[in-house]
Amino acid sequence: MNAIEAINLRKSFGPVAAVDDVSITVQEGEIFGFLGQNGAGKTTTIRMMTGVLTPDTGSVRISGIDLLKYPLEAKQKMGVIPENGTVYSDLTAEQNILWTAKFYGMDKANRERRCDEILARLGLESRRHDLVRFFSKGMRQRISIACAIVHSPPVLFLDEPTTGLDVYSRRLVLDTVRYMNKEGSTVLITTHNIEEANELCSSISIIERGKIIATGSPEKLKKQFDTTRYVEISFDQPVTEELFAALGIARAEPRGDKWRVYTGNTDQAVKQLVAMAAADHLTILSIATSSPTLEEAFVQMTGGAT
Amino acid sequence: MNLRLFVHSVLMVAEKDMRIYYYKGSVVIFGLLFPFIMFLTFFIGRNLDIALFFPSFLGMMLFFSASSTGPLITPWEKREKTYERLVSLPVQIGSIVLGDILAGAVFGMAITTIVWIGGTLLLHLHLVNPLALIPALVLGSITFASLGTLLASPATDTPSNIMMYSNLVRLPLIFVSGIFIPLSQLGSWAWTNELSPLTYLVDLFHAALNGDAVFSPALDAGALLLISCVFILAAKLIQQRNLISGR
Repeated sequence: MNAIEAINLRKSFGPVAAVDDVSITVQEGEIFGFLGQNGAGKTTTIRMMTGVLTPDTGSVRISGIDLLKYPLEAKQKMGVIPENGTVYSDLTAEQNILWTAKFYGMDKANRERRCDEILARLGLESRRHDLVRFFSKGMRQRISIACAIVHSPPVLFLDEPTTGLDVYSRRLVLDTVRYMNKEGSTVLITTHNIEEANELCSSISIIERGKIIATGSPEKLKKQFDTTRYVEISFDQPVTEELFAALGIARAEPRGDKWRVYTGNTDQAVKQLVAMAAADHLTILSIATSSPTLEEAFVQMTGGAT
Repeated sequence: MNLRLFVHSVLMVAEKDMRIYYYKGSVVIFGLLFPFIMFLTFFIGRNLDIALFFPSFLGMMLFFSASSTGPLITPWEKREKTYERLVSLPVQIGSIVLGDILAGAVFGMAITTIVWIGGTLLLHLHLVNPLALIPALVLGSITFASLGTLLASPATDTPSNIMMYSNLVRLPLIFVSGIFIPLSQLGSWAWTNELSPLTYLVDLFHAALNGDAVFSPALDAGALLLISCVFILAAKLIQQRNLISGR
């Protein structure tokens, strides 16, 4: 069964189509990554999928429940960490979590047990009675996550959950996402951090100017851009780009004291480079090959402007 | 719509509002201190009959206290960026509107009841028609809590702007609603009072405490009920529109 099913979502603000015919399907148990540049339409899409924004057209189903027709029932099935949303700074950490748990209809004993469990998991036990207004950004984000997962939602939406966080908080957030997925939650996460998506997600969609331009597993997307394989090579003396152009290599970029040569066939490129170095009396100081990265695939797909 | 879930969401929104917004400075100033100061400014040194003016004072108290929380809540939540999280919880716009109104109404009703009990005990005031007092308290608090929520509905994240705007609407109302001059003595200005919802509340308090109402209690209660419905629907429509336009 599909945990999330967004069909033909459209949203325009004045003459600008922020989201144009976006469809996303997330299977139960998946961690789904939603990537895109700033302003590509990620947040608008996730806001429509969580009932924060009404789409112009299209439909959203959460665990099979139509969000537009039955918003209360559909929202019961989800936990949301909005990009621009935070918890109540006039309440304590514990009050925020307990109030949210009560909102989802949990009984008192269950609320308290789950609150203790989550505060311990997120390392905030000692701050449970402190007002959130005195918390750092990372701690606030952890409380935000605590509120989103307190009812063990079948579907969890996270919009840029690690942006601006320190290493410790970031790691806690990602560990919690993995933990929730292991516990049975389907996760949809938007992120700028390509490697984060590569590590976490089993499927990814890339959005560009309001349209989905690619969907698939990270490995599948990387393979689509096999031309982004490269050879990194350094010589004992400076060389120019013309040297590589003469070998028929279309793209070579200087990287510090090295050159990164992009190619569809690394084996052939290595042989050519070695032959060329011998012919031009250049000493190779280092040479390495690499598989395409998701970041490279993303850069290629979104026109190279990250 | 699942009625049980809807009622639960309304109560949860109201609980949150009560915990957070009852203690905000602007609610205390405009909801409690302001009507007291207005009344004392008018009353002190004029040798007026307190029993005659007490219904008007109660009306003003309920008007200001019930309408003081509403204008603060939504702009405050938008500024603090908690609104988006709230909307993503199991709520509908109707839950948020009714929850905010419920919080304002409970505040207004509680404060006014305390003032009425205190005034009655201290000043030995009468209660001529107890049956008129209940709709006065209940319908009055709902009407003006709805007004407060309606005033907060335009998309803004600046609470001070909405508080200023709401006072611009609220202050003129107290001068055309028989608060300082009894309805029966407004003379050629009498036509203005029928336009103000506060008129019907003050008149209902007059019916309950002094028995000197101008309109029938049924008309006053009906008018308050109708005006409440208009305010609630307007607030819901505006907030629904904000959700569509993304503001």
